[in-house]
Amino acid sequence: MDGSGLPTTRSTCPYCGVGCGVLLTPDGNGGLLVKGDPEHPANHGKLCSKGSALGETVGDAINQGYRLRTPLIHGKEASWDAALQTVADRFRDTAARYGPDACAFYVSGQLLTEDYYVANKLIKGFIGTANIDTNSRLCMASTVAGHKRAFGTDTVPGTYEDLDQADLIVLVGSNLAWCHPILFQRVLQARAARGTKIIVADPRRTASCDPADLHLKLAPGSDVALFNDLLTRIDAAGAIDEDYLERTEGFSAALDAARADTAAQTDLTEDELARFAAMWIGTERVVTVFSQGVNQSTAGADKVNAILNCHLATGRIGKVGCGPLSVTGQPNAMGGREVGGLANMLACHMDLENAAHRAAVKEFWDAPAMPEAAGLKAVDMFRAVGRGEIKALWIIHTNPAVSMPEADAVRDAIAGCDFVAVSDVTGRTDTARLAHVLLPAAAWAEKDGTVTNSDRTISRQRAVLPPFAGARADWDILAEVGRRMGWEAEFDFDSPVEVYREHAALSGLAGEMGRDFDISGMAEISAAEYASLAPLRWPVTAHRQGGRFFADGRFYHAGGKARFVPVSWRPPVAKTGPRYPFRFNTGRVRDQWHTMTRTALSARLSAHLAEPYLDIHPEDAAGLGIARSDLVEVKSPEGTAILRARLTDDVRRGEVFAPMHWTGETAPSARIDALVAGHVDPVSGQPESKAAVVAVSRFDAAWYGFAVALDAPAPDCAYWALARTDAGYRMELAGREAPADWEAEARRVFGLPDAAVMSVSDAAQGRTRLAFHAEGRLLAALFVASGPVAVMRDYLATRPGEAPSGVLLGRTPADVPDPGPTVCSCFNVGLNTIARAVEDQHLMDVDAVGAALRAGTNCGSCRPEIATILARLSQMQAAE
Amino acid sequence: MDARARLVIIGAGMAAGRLIDHLEGADLDITLFNAEPRGTYNRLMLSPVLAGETTYDDIVTHDADFYAARGITTRFGERVARIDRAARVIHGENGPVPYDRLVVATGSNPFMIPLPGHDLPGVISYRDLEDTERMMALRPGQRAVVIGGGLLGLEAAAGMAARGVKVSVVHIMGHLMERQLDPEAAGLLQASLEARGIEVLCNAQSEAILGSEAGVEALRLKDGRELPCDLLCMAVGIRPATAVAAEAGLDVERGIVVDDQMQTSDPAIYALGECVEHRGALFGLVAPLYEQAAVLADVLKGGQGAFAPKPLSTKLKVTGCDLFSAGDFADADGRENLFLRDPDAGVYKRLILEEGRLIGAVMYGDTGEGGWYFDLIQSGEDVSMLRDTLLFGPGYDPAELPTCSLAA
Repeated sequence: MDGSGLPTTRSTCPYCGVGCGVLLTPDGNGGLLVKGDPEHPANHGKLCSKGSALGETVGDAINQGYRLRTPLIHGKEASWDAALQTVADRFRDTAARYGPDACAFYVSGQLLTEDYYVANKLIKGFIGTANIDTNSRLCMASTVAGHKRAFGTDTVPGTYEDLDQADLIVLVGSNLAWCHPILFQRVLQARAARGTKIIVADPRRTASCDPADLHLKLAPGSDVALFNDLLTRIDAAGAIDEDYLERTEGFSAALDAARADTAAQTDLTEDELARFAAMWIGTERVVTVFSQGVNQSTAGADKVNAILNCHLATGRIGKVGCGPLSVTGQPNAMGGREVGGLANMLACHMDLENAAHRAAVKEFWDAPAMPEAAGLKAVDMFRAVGRGEIKALWIIHTNPAVSMPEADAVRDAIAGCDFVAVSDVTGRTDTARLAHVLLPAAAWAEKDGTVTNSDRTISRQRAVLPPFAGARADWDILAEVGRRMGWEAEFDFDSPVEVYREHAALSGLAGEMGRDFDISGMAEISAAEYASLAPLRWPVTAHRQGGRFFADGRFYHAGGKARFVPVSWRPPVAKTGPRYPFRFNTGRVRDQWHTMTRTALSARLSAHLAEPYLDIHPEDAAGLGIARSDLVEVKSPEGTAILRARLTDDVRRGEVFAPMHWTGETAPSARIDALVAGHVDPVSGQPESKAAVVAVSRFDAAWYGFAVALDAPAPDCAYWALARTDAGYRMELAGREAPADWEAEARRVFGLPDAAVMSVSDAAQGRTRLAFHAEGRLLAALFVASGPVAVMRDYLATRPGEAPSGVLLGRTPADVPDPGPTVCSCFNVGLNTIARAVEDQHLMDVDAVGAALRAGTNCGSCRPEIATILARLSQMQAAE
Repeated sequence: MDARARLVIIGAGMAAGRLIDHLEGADLDITLFNAEPRGTYNRLMLSPVLAGETTYDDIVTHDADFYAARGITTRFGERVARIDRAARVIHGENGPVPYDRLVVATGSNPFMIPLPGHDLPGVISYRDLEDTERMMALRPGQRAVVIGGGLLGLEAAAGMAARGVKVSVVHIMGHLMERQLDPEAAGLLQASLEARGIEVLCNAQSEAILGSEAGVEALRLKDGRELPCDLLCMAVGIRPATAVAAEAGLDVERGIVVDDQMQTSDPAIYALGECVEHRGALFGLVAPLYEQAAVLADVLKGGQGAFAPKPLSTKLKVTGCDLFSAGDFADADGRENLFLRDPDAGVYKRLILEEGRLIGAVMYGDTGEGGWYFDLIQSGEDVSMLRDTLLFGPGYDPAELPTCSLAA
C-alpha cells in the first residue's frame, strides 16, 4: 500500500531472463510505482537500472501518441471485428490456396507462456505448419541444441542458488554486469561472502571484467578451442569423475577431438590457459555461465557442448554450487521453449520429428493437421518471405526489421510480403510500420500470465493497469483468430488460467513420455490458485517440484545416459580480409533493452549512452585517421551504418564492437543487424550475430549537430540519434552537406515555422547555434559545428521549457557545475559530479563514492563504471 | 615678473580640460582662451541634457572657479584673432598675451551642407550648449528635421523626440551610423528609433531647405518629398577648426599637422584634439583626445611621451538604444565574423577576428561586455582559445571542455 490507497501487486519484470519479482503499485494516475519483490527467489528485492525505471515506461503521459488505440488496416483505424476477421481470412485463404507452409508466425520471448501456447497450438495443430519461429532463435537456440545433444532434452540443470554457493564462476561470452545485473550482484555477493573467484572469457573487456580475477581476452569464436583445451587438461590432471562417466557416452571421442584442437586459436598465452585450467580444475564448485557470446555463433551449439563436456567429465552438474548455466536474454525465452514455440519443436519439450510425440499432441489438441517436419527457422523464414514463398506472416511483439541479421533484406522482405499482421503495443517500430493489419496489444502490467526465467522458475505477470484504449491480450487475440478460422471449441479460452491448465495437462503427457518438462501438478489449478501463484521452479508433478537435474546421472536420451559431443574449433564463417579487415562484435548497453521500444521511453535510462557507437582500438583508429567523437562509417557486405567512434582498448586490435539497440525510430543509420550476415549454426539455426566482418572509415561529415527539443523533432540527415530526456528530447546529428539556410532547416526539423529565434554563428568555423522560443520558454535548440559539437549536453538537455537565455552558450552558466553524462541512472549522478567528489573529498573506492553521492548504491549496475573513473583519476594523479 | 614658462592654451574643450588636469603641479604660467563664454563642460553629455536626463550644471567639469583656484588665467568668451609666431604673442580680442609655448585646441566646427536655405533662421548644428538650448525650446507637437544619421544626429533626434517633438532623420547613406554599425545593427537601431516615433529616411538626399525670413518651414528631398519642420538640425560631421593655425602659417592639411609629441611645424606650438591631424587621421571621439592630452602634458613637462592611435569604441547616448562599436569591422579577406542575433530581444553582436585576434566589435541591445571586447581589441592578444565562448563574455574556462558527443 502507499498513499494512493491502491493495493500493491506482485509481478515479474519484463526485461531479461533473470525474471526478477517486482511489486507494482498503481499511482492512481495511470502510472506505477515499481519496487523489487523481497520474496522473489531471483532477486530478493533488488532491481537493476532498467527494472527500477519500469514506472517511467508506463502511464498516460507515455501512452499518449505512442500506444496504438485501435487496430489499423492499411494504416487506417479499424474495428477489432474487421481487423481480426481480416487476419483470420487471410491466413485461411493463404493456407487453402498455397498450402499451410505459405503461412508463418514470427513471435517473441516477450510473449507470456499462455500467449505462446495459443500461438503454437494455432499454427502447428490447426493451420498445419511448423513455420513458427521466435526471436529466441537469435538468443538461445544454440543452448537448446547443445542441451538436447548432451542431455536428450532442453534442460537447465542448475539454479541461481548455485551462483550463491559457487567458489568459481566463469562467465563465457556474457557481460553479466550489464545484461543480467541482478545475477551479477549475486555473483558479487558470493565473492564477498565466500571469496568466490571470477573468470571472464570475452574478446572484449566489459564491465563484468572489473571484479574478475582473470580476464581471458580470447579470439572471437574460439570458445570451443578454449574448452577443448580445458578438457584435455582435466584429463591430464586426472580430474575425470570416472563414476559419473559411467552415466555418459562418447567421452573418448570427445577427448580425441579436443586433443586434435589447438589452443593457439584462442590467442591466449600458455600462462593464461594454465591459470584458467588450474582454477577450473581445482575448484569443485564451479559454475560456467554462458550467454550470447556462446550462442550467437555458427559454432554456437558446439561451444555449448564444449562447456557441457567439461562439466560432464568432472561430474560437476546438478549439484550445489556447480554446473553449466545458460542465461537468457528475454523474460520468457524459457516459456517459449517449454510450449514448443520454435520451428523445430513440438510442445512441452516433445519433438516434432518423433511420431509418437506428434500423435500424442495431435490427439490431445484434437488437431486436424500436424506438420511432420521442422518449419523454417528465423533466417530461412524471412528469406522465404523474401522469395514470396511465405505469403501470410504474423509478427508478434518483436522487431525483426531491426533485430534479424540481414536486417535491410528482412525489412524489404516484410514490406514485400502479400499479407503481414503485426501485434504490438505501438505502431512506432520499424516492423509495425510495414504491417497491413496492426493489432494493439495489451502491454506489460496490463496483462495476466506466466513467464519462466533462466533457472526454470515460473512467475506470474499480473495486470495492475487497465489495457490502454482498445488493447487486448495476445492469447485472446490469437484465440479469437483461431475461432474465426473455424476452430471454435479448440480455442474457446476465456482467461489465461484456462490456457495454463491445458498447457499443464499437455506437459503431463510429455512427462509420461519421459520428458523433463512436466508441470502436470498444475493441470487442475483453480483460478484463485493461479491468481495467487507464487514463483515456483519446474518440474511440478505429483512426485517432484523444482530442484536440480542430473546429479543422479539420469538423462533423457534413449538409454538414459548423457552424451559427450566431440567438437572441433572452427572460425566464424565471415572472413576478414583487405576489404573487410575488422571483426564486428555486437551486444547490449547497460540501460537499454532490445530495440528500445520500452527503455527509450525513460529519460533516466536514455541518459546513459544515449547514442549508438562503435568501440575501436586507439591504434586502429589512429591508422584510419579517426579521432575521439568522430563519426565512422561501418560497411559490411550486407549493409552500412554510421556510428560514433569510441576509442578504447577494451576491444582487441582488429575488432570493433557496436551495441544493437538502435532502430529506424531512434537512429536509422545505426541498424546494426543490417551489417550482420545471415550465417547460421548448422545445428541450431542461430545466426552469427557477433562475428560479421566490416570496413571502418571516418564518416565524411560536412557538419555535426546536437539538438534539444520540447517535442519530438523530425530530422532528415545522414546521421541522427534521438533520445528522450526529462525535458523532452535530445539528438545528435550529422550530414554530408550543410543546408544553405540553417534557420529554415531547423524550423522544419523542429516543426517550428513561427517561433522566435536567437542565433550565434561562426561561419569560418562552420558553427551555427539556434534557439527557438515562445512565451519565455525554450522550445528547441540546435548546435552545429564542422566537427563533433563541444557543448555541455547534459545541462542543455534540461533547458527545453525553461527560459531560453544563455542556452546558446552551450554550457552551464559560469558558476554552475556541469554534472556530465549520467553514470548512475538510479540516482541520476553524472560523471563530472563523481570526478569532482573523488578529487575534493579524496574518495578512494566505489563504496566511498556511494556513501558520498549514493551513486551505485541501488542496483549496482554502475559500480564497474565508477571503479573505472576512480582508476582513471588515480592514474592521472600518478602522472602529475 | 613671473619667471615661470608661459603656456597659452587656445580652447577650453574637453581635450584642453584634460590637459590641464594632467598639468596639475607643473611649474607653468597658464592662460586659457575660450571662444565660448564659459569653462569646460562634458560635451558628450549634451545629449542627456537635451533628453532632459540631466542638466547643464551637472556636466560642467572645469568652471571659472576651478581654473582660478589653480592659478590659471582664463579669457572666456574671447576669440583669438591671430598668432604672432615670431614674437610669440597671441592676439586676443581683448589684447595680446605672450607665450613660451602654445597649445592650439580649437576643436572643430560643425559642417553645414551649403543647401539652398542653409542660413535660414531655425537651421542649426549640434555642437554646443546654444544648439542644445534651441532644440530644448521646441514644444511638444512641433516638428524637427535632422539631417545626418550619425552618432550626433541620432542623439539630437532622440533627445527632441523625448520632448514630444515630431522628428524626421534624413540620412544620405543606406543605413544609420554606417561608420560605427553594420547594416544589421543599424536596422535594429532604426527599428528602436522608429518605435519612439522618429521617422528615419535612409538613402535620402536633401535638395533645399525651404522657409522665409521668419524661419525654416521644410526640407525638400531630391525625390520631391517635403518634410515640414520648425527646426532643422544639421549633424553631418565636423571639420577641424584650423583657421587661426593656418593664418599663422602652421602646416595644415585637413587638420593641424602634429607629430607623435603633438608638436606642430613650429616647435613652440602644439595642437590637441579635434583640430589636429596625426599621421593623416582626424579625431572625433573622446578617447584619443584624452590620450593626446596625457601625451602632451608629459611632453610639456619634459617627458618622452608619444601618441599612438588605438582602436576606438563608440557608444550612442540614447537611452534604450544600447549600442557599442569598436575597432575595425569592414569586411576583408582573412577576417572572420562571429554573430549573435536575438531579434526578439533586439540584441545583435558581431565580433570581427583576424589571425586569431579580435579586431572589431559591433553590438546592439546588450553591450555589457563592450569593455572586455575593447580591451581584447587593444591588447591584440590571441583569442582562438576563447572563440567558442567569446560572444558570451569572459569567465568561461577554455580548458573546461564539454563533451563532444553523447556516447564518446
